[in-house]
Amino acid sequence: MVAPITSTVKAVAAETEALAADGVHRIDARATNSAALRRDYVARVPIYPKLVNGQFRLLKWVGMAAMLGLYYALPWVRWDRGPNAPDQAVLVDLVRERFYFFWIEIWPQEVYYLTGLLILASLFLFFVTALFGRVWCGYACPQTVWTDLYIMVERLVEGDRNERIRLDKSPWTLDKLGRKSAKHAIWLLIAAATGGAWIFYFHDAPTLAANLFKGTADATAYLFLGILTFATYWFAGHMREQVCTYMCPWPRIQAALIDRETLMVTYRTDRGEPRGPHKKGQPWEGRGHCIDCNQCVAACPMGIDIRDGEQLECINCALCIDACDAVMKRVGLPTGLIAYDTPQNIERRTKCERPHFTFVRPRVILYAAALVAVAAVMLFGLSTRATIDLNVLRDRNPNFVQLSDGSVRNAYTVKVMNRTAKARDFSLAIEGLQGFSVKIIGFEDVKLPVKVAVDADRLRTLRVLLTMPGDRLSAKSLPVVFTVSGDGETRTNATMFLSDGGER
Amino acid sequence: MVTRKEIDATSGTETTGHEWDGIKELNTPLPRWWLWVLYATIIWSVGYWVLYPAWPTLTGYTQGVLNQSQRDDVAKAVQALKSERAELGQKLAAASLEQIEANPDLLQFAREAGKSAFGDNCATCHGSGAQGFKGYPNLNDDVWLWGGKLEDIKRTIVVGVRSTHPETRLSAMPAFGRDKLLETAQINDLTEYVVSLSGAKADAQAVARVTTLYAEQCASCHGADGKGLREFGAPNLTDKEWLYGGTREEIKAQIVNARGGVMPTWGQRLDPITIDALAVYVHSLGGGE
Repeated sequence: MVAPITSTVKAVAAETEALAADGVHRIDARATNSAALRRDYVARVPIYPKLVNGQFRLLKWVGMAAMLGLYYALPWVRWDRGPNAPDQAVLVDLVRERFYFFWIEIWPQEVYYLTGLLILASLFLFFVTALFGRVWCGYACPQTVWTDLYIMVERLVEGDRNERIRLDKSPWTLDKLGRKSAKHAIWLLIAAATGGAWIFYFHDAPTLAANLFKGTADATAYLFLGILTFATYWFAGHMREQVCTYMCPWPRIQAALIDRETLMVTYRTDRGEPRGPHKKGQPWEGRGHCIDCNQCVAACPMGIDIRDGEQLECINCALCIDACDAVMKRVGLPTGLIAYDTPQNIERRTKCERPHFTFVRPRVILYAAALVAVAAVMLFGLSTRATIDLNVLRDRNPNFVQLSDGSVRNAYTVKVMNRTAKARDFSLAIEGLQGFSVKIIGFEDVKLPVKVAVDADRLRTLRVLLTMPGDRLSAKSLPVVFTVSGDGETRTNATMFLSDGGER
Repeated sequence: MVTRKEIDATSGTETTGHEWDGIKELNTPLPRWWLWVLYATIIWSVGYWVLYPAWPTLTGYTQGVLNQSQRDDVAKAVQALKSERAELGQKLAAASLEQIEANPDLLQFAREAGKSAFGDNCATCHGSGAQGFKGYPNLNDDVWLWGGKLEDIKRTIVVGVRSTHPETRLSAMPAFGRDKLLETAQINDLTEYVVSLSGAKADAQAVARVTTLYAEQCASCHGADGKGLREFGAPNLTDKEWLYGGTREEIKAQIVNARGGVMPTWGQRLDPITIDALAVYVHSLGGGE
């Protein structure tokens, strides 16, 4: 049942009134992005997804409300950190070089936590994909969520599928102009709010919001607001499914993560075929349950036909399940002709075996194990994370300096970090060398271990000079260990003392 | 001449009419997005001409209604940076050099500012790490010809060495060989004497021959014991550091030619805060004196 290409490309034909079954109209919807119909180098054929009602649509509404709510509200959540720190719960403070997440404060030196978080997120995505297929694409991806929101607006302003098709084909009238402008205006408002919420994660939200409206905010704030407004409007309003099909790498990657036991939105060919219109009173024996009403195609935001089987374009949003279930109820057949199922189960049913789900598989175990391992490392790192830190950088230019009496000096830049909100005194010790003398710039008569005061939430840089008598230089490279400690916490940093090794 | 349009049956695209060996060239239109970007840039450029300097005229150029100038922008950015640093700069100016070193924040600021100024002005001769080269002193060590205290270093930066400043640090060793003040044999013996001063093996007879000559010709500046005299900027000859090298040939070459480096005066070129920062930076390299 493939329509001639030219007619598909030119326009979406008016819906015919043919009956697919008693009480169910057959929609002449064309899966414009299906493998058989899509063509390269032609303009995008618009898709008019039809509203469906059902459990998955409800789940998507709830999910959308929760995720968008979280996204918009999070920058406004306050978290008291005392007088000298921002009170925004989630804040990427680029000016002061800190990342705040509720009780966690990450310094730029600890960016590996972010790396860990990203690894954790990808492993979790792998794990979920192996189990349930593309749930990320179908429910949680921003592209999906915002496109869904934009289609909702479109539906509210222009009406459902049929009205939208009719409106697009109709000549320009005042009504059409009004509806189109209203739609784009609301889209732009949503886009601006999206970009606006994004920049609130990088500045104190109430202050920035006030400055934004007064016109006194930083130019970069307006720039990013503009970029993100445009991106949201363009991606969710105009590009839509093309982002998933042409731009996103994930559909390609996920093919490597799934197998024949992975749950996917599946048309059960074994039950549905051979498909065809069903006349009232006709028996269901000897034919498939698919009445070819095309409701699944009309509901699809990606413009594909799920009955073609597993395909890259399918984001597994499950709206076709809702569409089909409604039809199945009306014709008095059990629901689930399209359902979350596995390719393996289709094969099992064809062979008259009992279908079942196998969740514990080597691939799933592997992803779960990696997930647990990385999470454990992260948790260990976070729980043993000290509020002090030490970095020692030996001068490399010059590597060492010979003094007038033949002794040799090395210079070190020692950075002591205090990650608490109160000023603290640390104790700095230097060990491992024999017979050296020490000098710290700005300190008088240093006696080790030396007391180092560091202000609250600050890093203090010391310049430490170590001098070794010429006759004590047993090797060109001698080990030396810097240790900083305070309040029961200790950090060490092993480095080297370089010289010519006493060769003159 | 192509007189009629030919449409390629397979692709539905017009051909250019060119044909080679039966292969026809399609006149595929530009991608629409590309065309739109082109139009957008054209519209953009019109706006640009109106707002920004764009067209050359006979005497200058069109200014644009925004009156924008990159030269002004740079000046503004420099000014903004200065005012951003003004607070610490003021504190730096008000504090003595010793107070700067004792205050962690000021020390950090002075070292950063000093390091940047050092890279711009001093590294050419002294090296990017102030490690020095032959004839250009290493500023990391403990040899200070003109003094290694904070004030001494600052003074040297301000007046320079053998510079055009009226109060410049000045020392002049006679070129004993080049100006024929001494015989070659005497210079050879003196070389042995200087080598012996730093504790190295030397020809004892030669040393004995020139002991009086050293006292007459050299001791007035380098001291009777060879330890040098700071007032004259005369180096210590008994230590292990040699500005022009410590081998016999290098020492002899110095007695013959008496080279001396030149450091410009920075007092007029750099602002007082930068000079303070430089003094603190140089002093902090090796701890000075």
